Amino acid sequence: MTIVAPDKVAKIARPAGRLRRFIDSDMLHSFVRSPLVMFAALIAVILVGAAFLAPVLAPHDPYDLKSLNLMDGENPPRWIKGGDPRFWLGTDDQGRDIYSTILYGMRSSLLIAMAAVGFALLLGVSLGLVAGYRGGRIDTLIMRIADIQLTFPSILTALLVDGIARTALKGSQLGNSHYVILVVAIGLSFWVQYARTVRGVTLVERNKDYVQAARLIGLSSRKIMFNHVLPNVLSPVLVLATINLALAIITEATLSFLGVGLPSSEPSLGTMIQIGNRFLLSGSWWMVAFPGVTLAALVLAVNLVGDWLRDKLDPRLR
Amino acid sequence: MLAYSIRRIFEALIVMITVAALAFVLFRFVGDPVNQLVGQDATLAERNLIRQQLGLDDPMPVQFGRFLWKAAHFDFGMSYQVKQPVTAVFASRFPATFELALTAALFATLIGIPMGVYTGIHRDSWVSKVFLTISLIGISLPTFLIGILLIWVFSTLLGWLPSFGRGEVVDLGIWKTGFLTRDGWAHLVLPAITLGLFQLTLITRLVRSQMLEVLRADYIKFARARGLSDRAINFGHALKNTLIPVITVIGLQVGAIIAFALITEFVFQWPGMGLLFLQSVQNADIPVMSAYLFLVAFLFVAINFIVDLLYVWVDPRIRILGTST
Repeated sequence: MTIVAPDKVAKIARPAGRLRRFIDSDMLHSFVRSPLVMFAALIAVILVGAAFLAPVLAPHDPYDLKSLNLMDGENPPRWIKGGDPRFWLGTDDQGRDIYSTILYGMRSSLLIAMAAVGFALLLGVSLGLVAGYRGGRIDTLIMRIADIQLTFPSILTALLVDGIARTALKGSQLGNSHYVILVVAIGLSFWVQYARTVRGVTLVERNKDYVQAARLIGLSSRKIMFNHVLPNVLSPVLVLATINLALAIITEATLSFLGVGLPSSEPSLGTMIQIGNRFLLSGSWWMVAFPGVTLAALVLAVNLVGDWLRDKLDPRLR
Repeated sequence: MLAYSIRRIFEALIVMITVAALAFVLFRFVGDPVNQLVGQDATLAERNLIRQQLGLDDPMPVQFGRFLWKAAHFDFGMSYQVKQPVTAVFASRFPATFELALTAALFATLIGIPMGVYTGIHRDSWVSKVFLTISLIGISLPTFLIGILLIWVFSTLLGWLPSFGRGEVVDLGIWKTGFLTRDGWAHLVLPAITLGLFQLTLITRLVRSQMLEVLRADYIKFARARGLSDRAINFGHALKNTLIPVITVIGLQVGAIIAFALITEFVFQWPGMGLLFLQSVQNADIPVMSAYLFLVAFLFVAINFIVDLLYVWVDPRIRILGTST
């Protein structure tokens, strides 16, 4: 027989307790009761799963230039006359398999969107915490910048940052920095919402007893902000992040479509639609239709799940 | 009110100077202006002469001052790409964007408000439900996808409407308009719908939610008790009181229309300012980029200023920080 220390018991018991709480909660109940949200969540999980399993699922590798054959270019989907059985959804002008390219493209679209939201979250939460906790001049400065940026639509901010960064770095070889520029541009266009939300909650938390107590025992401001206040302001932020993810996916696709995001040789949903758009008038509809439908489904599914989460977790944001 | 206005003007000035500094850095340090002006085989002496003539040897604050002075006089230099003054290039592109944005805004407002009133009053009818579902999709779909879809259906499949350009325009001296020809209108339909759709759904949803709120108010019940007609109640009493937030949102959406005009212009190859900016990014045409930066910043600052003042003017209950109560 082994004796388990009491604190360990608590640790072991906790996950089960949480799971129990989750099963009994309103949330799961309401999730099961709304078929639309369940369907959306299913679609989202399938699409995200397919994107990250792209190397396993895709029959062709769009990055492998050696496997491409220009003779395979502009093949229609295989159920249409003239289609090639090797390419389920047809090929683009370079002979890339549309199905495989969608999987890989969705993966880079999702990675960029997630990294951008992560960057915005990091920046916005830190600035919001500092502004709310410190107050005074630094608060005024940060919030003024936020107010001003809020008057610009986020897509315009992303486009301007992206355009300027691209021009500024033109001299040096761009290479992988396409991805970095996109992430920074989209992230910079989103941070304001996080900063405002976090600042608002921090202003309330700052005056609570536990913060006073932490201050009394002489903890540094930074420790109080990040170890004590931060966990209490996170829940609205995470809801915001889910909703922003859909917007980040759209922004990436739009920038790449406009020719200022990823170059058209890099597969992403935006670049695929851009390439397909050039061939739309000649009747090759599959090159734009399948990536377009994928993008729309992904955004709609993430949006629906995000909206539902917001309604359940944070009625304040409604 | 006066103190408030002065403070806002001061803030606006700070924004404009920040943007100017950004544009200056872009102009001065990204890409050498001299290289853009002379040929490949210009000698070093020639380059230095031009450098001196342009004042690129002066101290930075002096150069920045000169840049500001020129910008205030709408002088942004020559476009590297088309070798014309930037201001002239913008002036030739402005009518296209303006006509597109105006048509889209009118489309969104004139259809959005009645739709909002209808879905607000008959909120359980199937027409409302269908419309709200469609509007959810409209809000979720990216602008460029809607544009592509419209082109595919109405240009490629049906062949009813043209898919790119402005079509036939009439030259009125300084303003080329597409409003005066049938062809011009045909070219305007798809881009205007693409651009206005998002605002249309937004206005509809806003008017609807405002109507739902207002219709519950006591004075509506009293109006009904007094035996006023539905028409008088819905439009005379209810709609009137929903309009304050609607005006604000429409005002702020002018900015969004400018941003999305850029995307629409790209999809339909509409020869406006947004397309010009995208081309300048691809060609590193820095004078055009910095001028666009200026223009957009100025428009936004001006719009926000006007909307803020309008807001206070329309609803005097709004108390302004900084004025005594």
